[in-house]
Amino acid sequence: MKIGRFAQTGNWILARFPLAKVWEEHMTHYYAPKNFNIWYFFGSLALLVLVNQFVTGILLTMNYKPDAKLAFDSVEYIMRDVHWGWLIRYMHSTGASAFFIVVYLHMFRGVMYGSFKKPRELIWIFGMLIFVCLMAEAFMGYLLPWGQMSYWGAQVIISLFSAIPVIGEDLSLWVRGDYVVSDATLNRFFAFHVISVPLVLVMLVFMHIVALHEVGSNNPDGIEIKKYKDENGIPLDGIPFHPYYTVKDIVGVAVFLLFFATVIFYMPEMGGYFLEHANFIPADPMKTPEHIAPVWYFTPFYAILRAIPDKFAGVIGMGGAIVVLFLLPWLDRNPVKSIRYRSGFYKKALLLFVISFFCLGYLGTQPATPTATLFARIFTVIYFGFFLLMPLYTRWEKTKPVPQRVTEEHGFDEQLPALLEEITELKPATDLEIGDPAFRSSFFNRRPNPDGIVKVITRLAKNLKESLD
Amino acid sequence: MINEGVDKSKRQFLTSALTVVGAVGTGYLAVPFLSQMQPSVKAMAAGAPVTVDISKMETGQLLRVEWRGKPVWILNRTPEVLETLKSLDSQLRDPKSEESSQPEASKNPGRSIKPEVFVAVGLCTHLGCSPTFRPEIAPHDLGENWKGGFFCPCHGSWFDLAGRVYQGVPAPTNLEIPPYRYINDTQIIVGEAPEEKGA
Repeated sequence: MKIGRFAQTGNWILARFPLAKVWEEHMTHYYAPKNFNIWYFFGSLALLVLVNQFVTGILLTMNYKPDAKLAFDSVEYIMRDVHWGWLIRYMHSTGASAFFIVVYLHMFRGVMYGSFKKPRELIWIFGMLIFVCLMAEAFMGYLLPWGQMSYWGAQVIISLFSAIPVIGEDLSLWVRGDYVVSDATLNRFFAFHVISVPLVLVMLVFMHIVALHEVGSNNPDGIEIKKYKDENGIPLDGIPFHPYYTVKDIVGVAVFLLFFATVIFYMPEMGGYFLEHANFIPADPMKTPEHIAPVWYFTPFYAILRAIPDKFAGVIGMGGAIVVLFLLPWLDRNPVKSIRYRSGFYKKALLLFVISFFCLGYLGTQPATPTATLFARIFTVIYFGFFLLMPLYTRWEKTKPVPQRVTEEHGFDEQLPALLEEITELKPATDLEIGDPAFRSSFFNRRPNPDGIVKVITRLAKNLKESLD
Repeated sequence: MINEGVDKSKRQFLTSALTVVGAVGTGYLAVPFLSQMQPSVKAMAAGAPVTVDISKMETGQLLRVEWRGKPVWILNRTPEVLETLKSLDSQLRDPKSEESSQPEASKNPGRSIKPEVFVAVGLCTHLGCSPTFRPEIAPHDLGENWKGGFFCPCHGSWFDLAGRVYQGVPAPTNLEIPPYRYINDTQIIVGEAPEEKGA
């Protein structure tokens, strides 16, 4: 009787709302390539962090006061007097940095396996829009604690608008709502941070996923699994997203939470990278901190801004560094998607780009000395060179043959026992040890084998060199 | 649906008319929505002038006051500084302050009404950080070419002690000079222009 009523309610809903249809379309009958690797965790992790930011963010607004006179103290109040306030605040602030780590890795995955190429250009565009929204969200959120770095960071970034000819001054005045960063600015940034941008963000995430599920996921081999289907029209190399990838993603979530919790509990400021030291001093419009730097996720772009010795050109350079990412699907002219089958030249170019991105990120955190500026200029040239020269060097690339079906990859877990065997050698137990129960385990009977280690390292180096060709 | 004998051009006209009227209406509504983000009347009125007593200032001393939420510097320059300023023209981007923002009374080589008393808005014309006051000559961190001036720690812009920007730094123009006037020899009022001569 009870079950009958339950089923009845279910049917009543299903007759009025396509719950089962949506579930099937996007979970149980959404076929994803079976060869996803570790790089494919970051999409679902980004979704997890988004949820974390929403929940903790809503809780924070319950005690935060968006008022220049009260903001700094209300954050300290959350940290000291609100029950578990410190946890919620650190989850939110660490979540912001985690969001960028996850999104940068997610984007790099897309570049590496050519996930932005036809027919997935729109997915990339939506993703880039999400990235821009995220930057706006992070920037405006950083003003809210109303510390020294909040204040002067906002002052610098809003002043960027004033570099635009003719309308610049009026535009930055309009953004601030006052002649300097003030209460009016704080209040409107709060409104944008908690309402407008999150709404846009959710809509973009929705469109990102809808577009993805329309064309289907790419994979590390960069081939279309829809080409080979069985008699039921199901891709031969595809497996249903649920339960296969939902379960796999739970493993990713567990590993992620391990790192996330470690940061929250043991290093929430991350040595001044996640929460900057100067931000523990209330905003003072009379005095700029000696050294101001944005939070780490903006530093590559900030380094580009500083590298160019002209105000307007600097702003163009910084904006261009992001605009050029939008154009990626049309800059890369090579039809081969995955890096596995691209030429050695492209692999080296990508490696050079990654190095210059990291170096720009580091330089952006450092004071602008003449040497640092020189290096920032070199890396800026590499950054833009990678993208703008792409139409040339991707066209005449010597690519490798692309397989028809996805390839099997031997996981690290399969190779581990053999590897351990290779880098260690059996140590004969001494008479004294034979009686000791600890030495009965074969694990403790092994010791490092220098020859084996050297051999493994040379092989790895050789493999690395080969994989770059 | 029977579409036969329907005058489609009338439908088209109505659709177009509605689109235009709707667009105009949206445009009108956008004006209040967008301009509510402008500085409010209160914020615009808050720029009340500030009176500063400079009688107790020593030579070489820098005084910081707040005007319209911005830091305003008042610097009592030494005769040596005034002498140095004359020799810097070739290293500056805008030595005559042609492209910079200052009241007419301060548009002279020393950028001040009285040569020794220098008044300026203490915000870098690059991206609005407040530069640091570094009057010493050739300090270790700034190098031998430093003749004393203001150094912006954010992006490394150099200004001399008349707020004039050096060449080869990101800041495009000299520091802004606010309108100010002397009430008497010891009092300055920041935010009010000097009375016109003959007025």
